[in-house]
Amino acid sequence: MLVLCFACAQNDTSIQTPSEVDYNLDLIVTDLELPWGIAMLPDHSLLITEKSGLLIHFKEGNKTEIGGLPKTYVRGQGGLMGIAVHPDFTNNQRIYFTQSSSIASDDDGGNTALYSATLEGNQLIEVRLLYKAQPNTRVGRHFGSRIVFDNEGYLYFTVGDRGKRDVYPQDLNLDGGKVYRLHDDGRIPEDNPFAGVSGAKKAIYSYGHRNPQGIARHPETGAIWTHEHGPLGGDEINIIHAGANYGWPVITYGKNYSGTTITKETSRTGMEQPLYYWIPSIAPSGMAFVNSNFYPEWKGNLLVGSLKFEYLERIIIKNNKVVYREKVAADIGRVRDVIVGSDGYIYLAVEGKGIFKVVPKS
Amino acid sequence: MKCFSLILMIPFMALSQDIRQSESYANGRVVYEDFCKLCHMTNGKGVPKAFPPLANSDYLEDIKATVKSIKYGLSGPIVVNGVKYNSVMAPMGLDDQEVADVANYILNTWGNSYEELITRQMVQKLTAK
Repeated sequence: MLVLCFACAQNDTSIQTPSEVDYNLDLIVTDLELPWGIAMLPDHSLLITEKSGLLIHFKEGNKTEIGGLPKTYVRGQGGLMGIAVHPDFTNNQRIYFTQSSSIASDDDGGNTALYSATLEGNQLIEVRLLYKAQPNTRVGRHFGSRIVFDNEGYLYFTVGDRGKRDVYPQDLNLDGGKVYRLHDDGRIPEDNPFAGVSGAKKAIYSYGHRNPQGIARHPETGAIWTHEHGPLGGDEINIIHAGANYGWPVITYGKNYSGTTITKETSRTGMEQPLYYWIPSIAPSGMAFVNSNFYPEWKGNLLVGSLKFEYLERIIIKNNKVVYREKVAADIGRVRDVIVGSDGYIYLAVEGKGIFKVVPKS
Repeated sequence: MKCFSLILMIPFMALSQDIRQSESYANGRVVYEDFCKLCHMTNGKGVPKAFPPLANSDYLEDIKATVKSIKYGLSGPIVVNGVKYNSVMAPMGLDDQEVADVANYILNTWGNSYEELITRQMVQKLTAK
């Protein structure tokens, strides 16, 4: 009975690999080193961040480097990372990006910075620092850095725990291990959940995260979803609620990399349970919902890149439960980002390879 | 005179176990935990097909290539212990002392041994472009 209970704690949703697929994977952008983020402009051209600090505009088969970027502090997992296009780009030409940065602190090292800028030709102008996580540290891991807009025009972005899980994620007075919410001009919304809490970082929207490197807006509910890297096991999918605590490192389904226990607690009152957790870890990166008509069978499904197992994961969710998982683009390489572009197509950023377009055969 | 030459010899005859006692090795372990472990794993065995092993790895016989790859990253096809890999290791942004430290750690852990302490100066020389 006990065994049965454990087995039922999470439905068996072992990942499936279809024997035949009805799509092609077209490599449309080649010669990229480590494409970290992709975003599509209204003209269907692509903005691509290279972790090394390059912003690339891919249009009509040509790659152009965009100038005017602030200096990237390249260290460990940090670099030029997240990229997003303002919902009203057509009128304001504004883009947003995150990078690890050593500015705005006297400490050695770096931390995640969020910028906005106006794209004018091949140049960024009006580059504005909207948020800089503190403090700088030479620790090279867990920068978070994904960006998304919700339907009301708020901007959300993530910062990981910067390798200090016992210091940052549960402390509202400190950055790190958080999802943040801002107005599109960087102002902190007055109704942010901790806006009235003395000493708290007012931009925090949710906390208790480890390293969220996937964020997406649900096409129907408009809710913000994230996933995050767990340690050894315990990668999570979460729906983000204002002021909620996602528990890291107090509760987790993961272990230390060495296999030792972090905590035996997987739940606690006042802390959110993940919508889903992966054991073993897939090392999730990039997140998008399928909302176009090019993939009728996949409509509403969630897509998540797997760095570790080198595929794109297609997830069917019913009533906020994962009911089916399938490999798309099996063995394609380390999938760092996935988007569904405004042209309706799915695009993947794959480390060492480039950008692939998922093109239905029929 | 005999004594003198012995002292002179010592720096060139450091045993792997002495290197493991060094500050550089200890610092290298910290760097490894932060920057390398996620892919090359705690046991240095890497991940089949994706990330080559560092434990008993023939790639490490080429010290220059080893130090350069730590400093500048590595991409494109390589062969390690007869197995092909084609991944990307992005530059980690380590300074030369950190490169030396983590090289000492990697070269003297998991049964590896390299009987010379890598120094910052050596990293500078080996990685000069």
